Amino acid sequence: MSDGASKKGDLILRLRGVSKQFGAVTALSDIELDIHAGEVVALVGDNGAGKSTLVKVLAGVHQPTAGTIEYLGKQVALDTPGKAIDMGIATVFQDLALCENLDVVANLFLGREMNPWRMDEVQMEVRAWTLLKELAARIPSVREPVASLSGGQRQTVAIARSLLSDPHIIMLDEPTAALGVAQTAEVLNLIERVRDRGHGVILISHNMEDVRAVADRIVVLRLGANNGVFTPESSHQDLVAAITGASENSVSRRMARKLETAGE
Amino acid sequence: MADNNEAPQLDRADSRVRNDQGLAGAMRGFYDRVRSGDLGMLPVVIGLVLISVVFTTLNPVFLAPNNLVNLLFDAAAVGLIALGVVCVLLLGEIDLSIGSMSGLSSAIIGVLWVNSGVPLLVAIGGAVAAGATVGFIYGVLRNNFEMPSFVATLSGLLALLGLQLYLLGSTGSINMPFTSPLVKFGQILIMPMWLSLILALLPGALMVYTGVSTMRRRQAANLSSEGLSVVLVKAGVLTAALLFAVYYLSLGRGVPWMFGVFVGFVAALDYALTRTKWGRSMFAVGGNAEAARRAGINVGMIRLSAFVLCSSLAALGGVFAAARLASASQQAGAGDVNLNAIAAAVIGGTSLFGGRGSAWSALLGVIVIMAISNGLTLLNLSSSLRYMITGAVLAIAVIVDSLARRSRASSGRA
Repeated sequence: MSDGASKKGDLILRLRGVSKQFGAVTALSDIELDIHAGEVVALVGDNGAGKSTLVKVLAGVHQPTAGTIEYLGKQVALDTPGKAIDMGIATVFQDLALCENLDVVANLFLGREMNPWRMDEVQMEVRAWTLLKELAARIPSVREPVASLSGGQRQTVAIARSLLSDPHIIMLDEPTAALGVAQTAEVLNLIERVRDRGHGVILISHNMEDVRAVADRIVVLRLGANNGVFTPESSHQDLVAAITGASENSVSRRMARKLETAGE
Repeated sequence: MADNNEAPQLDRADSRVRNDQGLAGAMRGFYDRVRSGDLGMLPVVIGLVLISVVFTTLNPVFLAPNNLVNLLFDAAAVGLIALGVVCVLLLGEIDLSIGSMSGLSSAIIGVLWVNSGVPLLVAIGGAVAAGATVGFIYGVLRNNFEMPSFVATLSGLLALLGLQLYLLGSTGSINMPFTSPLVKFGQILIMPMWLSLILALLPGALMVYTGVSTMRRRQAANLSSEGLSVVLVKAGVLTAALLFAVYYLSLGRGVPWMFGVFVGFVAALDYALTRTKWGRSMFAVGGNAEAARRAGINVGMIRLSAFVLCSSLAALGGVFAAARLASASQQAGAGDVNLNAIAAAVIGGTSLFGGRGSAWSALLGVIVIMAISNGLTLLNLSSSLRYMITGAVLAIAVIVDSLARRSRASSGRA
């Protein structure tokens, strides 16, 4: 288990030339990405740009076809999810990856139960409540199976689980997609808190407002390749152009149309 | 229990949670669970009452103490096999070769111990090791070759049966000496009265002890607890039932050692499944294997452990069966053994769909199955009818399982 104690600004993760093929389809080609301690990097891109694939490569779910991953200065092979978690890379997957037949406590501690030969249910439950309180989660009971929770509640459980091991890097794949207004704000607060504690955060989101609110850098992927790095100060047009691959795109045309009707 | 005015407990702070406390709360919780399709042990209890009433009216011998003692002797072997089946069913897998495995194991005992003079314990060790090897092969076939377990174990069914026939050779059957400890264990050995009484008191005492200590720890951590009255009533009912059972059986011969050993295995597996990381991983893999993998669980190892455990327990069940019959024959493990073991696990409440079940389901299920089989034998029905009826019972158990699953899905419980 990691202690998450990197100095702010240290390079934690360095990807060079990472590619992933699914048969004839190239999902990722030649990706370069640096993550430093204490920064939030947003990964944006259209559907099918390869964001989730990249996250799964870093989580040890998929293995890259080519390229190198350096973690804390050493080249590593992330060949199983367990290895990634042990090294301190925690992930909140888009599909959440929860076990519906288990209760909230069991899901939070899955694979990292306290006291493996005589599970300490009381202490796990207390830790679960503390963690969920920190996230301002609205979960009525942690002893109900996850199947009975709503989408947003499940999302909170998945986020809470990623924080449990105090990782170096947290990857959040669309963490706010299913959340209400208050929970979204809490998740954004949480991302900032995690960053201030010196963790690196990778955030995938389609919501540009959220991305601009917390990201230090915005990395754009397009069709599986890098397509520029931006800051929250970059203009909306530039970002959209990088995401869609053209300054003349459906978003700009729509804007222009709106301006026209407003001008008439 | 009137602490409603104090600071809310950690897990009762949300106003949407009903504050179930004391006996009434426990009853209400149970009622809610059953309504939402979480049937637990209910079908078994209803089934046992029905079976007892029907068979006793047809033949009063059914409930005679000595008949029940015989029933328990018979139940131990199939029960051990069913215990292994629970392990694979929890993962949503199946092992169809358990019958053949138990037959092979009794043949190994016959050949090693009776024919070759190997010490009994070594022979038993050999049989269980053979079971572990077979389970290991199933695990590798499932993990490395993605072979569905029902196909792998179906081919195993035939292969193991072939090996059993090969070992037994042309004579086809090996008799075991009646004075040997193994056969005595399978036919005569009864626990002394004082021991069965202690064992009847033990679960209740343990329940109160762990219940009270958990309650203390939960209160210290500001969590709600079910309340002393619930613990005491549960323990009291259990102890009363066990004491009555021991008393009633002692009117006949008493509690068979064989059955006691079986219950010991059930208790051990129950602890492993509910209180250890391994058990939690079993349920996780059965519920959502991909999620378990992403949580860092070694899914392959968990599957391997389940198959090894299942085949080893089937082998040990075969040893018990050989002890019961005092012989290793070509018929051992054939016929309805497979179906009885799987039916016992399912009737007891272990789901065929994975992720739900408990070790106790093997115990309760096997008593139901054996009661039916015993009752039908008392009525002098031929095995043809017995097979048909047992088949129908399994079908009903699976229907109950499927319907309960649908009901759970619609009320938001996995």
